[in-house]
Amino acid sequence: MPLLEIKDLKTYFYLEDGVVRAVDEVSFTIEPEKTLGVVGESGCGKSVTALSVMGLVQMPPGRIDGGEILYHHNGTVTDLTKLNPKGKEMRSIRGNKIAMIFQEPMTSLNPVYTIGNQIIEAIMLHQRLTKAQARNRAIEMLQAVGIPIPKQRIDSYPHELSGGMRQRAMIAMALSCNPNLLIADEPTTALDVTIQAQVLELMAKLCKDFHASIMFITHNLGVIAEMANDVVVMYLGKAVEYTNVRSLFHDPKHPYTQGLMNSIPSIAETKERLIPIKGVVPDPFDVPPGCVFEPRCPHAMEICQREMPPNEEVATEHWARCWLYK
Amino acid sequence: MSTANATNGDNVLKEGVLLQLSKLKKFFPVRKGILKRVVAQVKAVDEVDMFIKDRETLGLVGESGCGKTTVGRTLLRLIEPTSGDIYFKSRSLANSGSTTKEVNVAKLGKKELKLLRRDMQIIFQDPYSSLNPRMTVGSIIGEPLLVHGIAKGSERDDRVRGLLGSVGLKPDHMKRYPHEFSGGQRQRIGVARALALSPQLIVADEPVSALDVSVQAQVLNLLKDLQGEFGLTYLFIAHDMAVIKHISDRVAVMYLGKIVELAETGDLFANPRHPYTEALMSAVPIPNPDYTMERILLAGDVPSPVHTPSGCYFHPRCQYRKDICETDTPQFEDVGNDHFSLCHFARQLKLHGVKTR
Repeated sequence: MPLLEIKDLKTYFYLEDGVVRAVDEVSFTIEPEKTLGVVGESGCGKSVTALSVMGLVQMPPGRIDGGEILYHHNGTVTDLTKLNPKGKEMRSIRGNKIAMIFQEPMTSLNPVYTIGNQIIEAIMLHQRLTKAQARNRAIEMLQAVGIPIPKQRIDSYPHELSGGMRQRAMIAMALSCNPNLLIADEPTTALDVTIQAQVLELMAKLCKDFHASIMFITHNLGVIAEMANDVVVMYLGKAVEYTNVRSLFHDPKHPYTQGLMNSIPSIAETKERLIPIKGVVPDPFDVPPGCVFEPRCPHAMEICQREMPPNEEVATEHWARCWLYK
Repeated sequence: MSTANATNGDNVLKEGVLLQLSKLKKFFPVRKGILKRVVAQVKAVDEVDMFIKDRETLGLVGESGCGKTTVGRTLLRLIEPTSGDIYFKSRSLANSGSTTKEVNVAKLGKKELKLLRRDMQIIFQDPYSSLNPRMTVGSIIGEPLLVHGIAKGSERDDRVRGLLGSVGLKPDHMKRYPHEFSGGQRQRIGVARALALSPQLIVADEPVSALDVSVQAQVLNLLKDLQGEFGLTYLFIAHDMAVIKHISDRVAVMYLGKIVELAETGDLFANPRHPYTEALMSAVPIPNPDYTMERILLAGDVPSPVHTPSGCYFHPRCQYRKDICETDTPQFEDVGNDHFSLCHFARQLKLHGVKTR
């Protein structure tokens, strides 16, 4: 049984200048103890997808306008879109069963409290522990994420830690309540590559130890190849391709995915010339009427200007939204 | 590398070399207390020796805080060096009758420095903050022409139109403002501004880091094309090893204010001669799920450039360290084929490079 099923999710923002369809009919499934990668460029809707799951979309201007987010837990199924984001039930899931870490740990940690205070607060909010027990649990977690001398470090303020250490502290906080889903939104983008390697290894190891799944959001295809079991490729609010990581890299179906792979340099390959995707991502207020990728697509046909292609299984367990496969 | 002085008219630069840094240092003082006494020094650039050949792309790679940006800005004298020499074959400072003249940029006066700006330009990382939002694109690109008294009025406009064409923008973009453009287009404007004075050398400081991946490739291709068209030399500063490998002819790797390795690109990636380079390459995630690479996880963080370690700066994190590394500073030496390494054991160690398809 899957852990989380997202079906035709629509998260729209109603703004003065118009409606932004930040997430538009997106579907995918996260299996227990597996990592789902969500890849796309800025503005593709990958972060809003995560915030929708967490019930953290600001309403108004945001609104979930359709679809379901089914969370399977202890034999019951809960549709998270039906819960009051500020209600008791959502609060018992958010941060407890589904936890999240963000790109820039400096802005997501409170600078005036010690990291210990913040971890202990999270623990005591969700678990029946005394303050002393919670403190011990926090020290255990800091130890688990590889922070040296955790008994002293627990009383450090965020600014006293390096970027890598802060992200470790965030991971410790996120995992302190034993969640079964960890949503990681560009968790290593602000880190140097050698520190990124440390954090990625740590995340993979901890999620195995804690039996948690990861929804891993990034724009970096190298990180996706390394971390993910399944991958969703997003473009302008749509999930344009969805399959397992091997199929995606060895046989990308959607022209956008193909374009991304041709346009990035790799240290394990020598490319005389990169093949860029022409043009730029359109303005979210002015989305193309047909297929959202049509203006930049090298294979665009007449039908692409008129209609967005449906989500089709174009090969075994490999979905794409593209008229080329109709 | 030579550290000779150019005082008696002898040329330091070898044939085909455009710029050479020797023992370049930039220390920033750390001040404390009400008297603002200097209590320590941040060693941002610490005795850097390197040269850039004419019309090549030299990649300068390293992690944040390693001093790569400071090297770029110091060699342009946007930041004053603490000590050291910057030899450069300048076109604008040439005496009548010759095409270039070797100068020591570190010792130039104000007037000469302004002339030198025509030969050396910079492209910045962030195309949002490096363009004045109140100026039209035409006046941003044309400003260097005005400042240097090269072209005015309609002649200047014609030059600007030509530059816009060179970087793939339209002539009628001249009258627009920076906010009307996307990140990639803004970076093109920054490139056009750098090209306005027909420079010899462009320092490109993380020019594609702020761009989306699909747009990065457009700008990288543009920079390559312009290099061929105008015979440019690039110092390309970046933290992304894949971008560096793609664009560079030779690569310099920096760690804690020092260049630890410098070699021709293919050679560096296939046969690294410094343990830091090896670890740095092994940490890069490769966009291929079947690619296996033995990852070397470096312990801990980069030490502070204020309290640098003794001996070799990399020794606290190096898996191959021996006693000598804690006590003696290694020399930056050629281990063959112009492959330089700052490691006591550069010749002995068998390090792993990247397997290339």
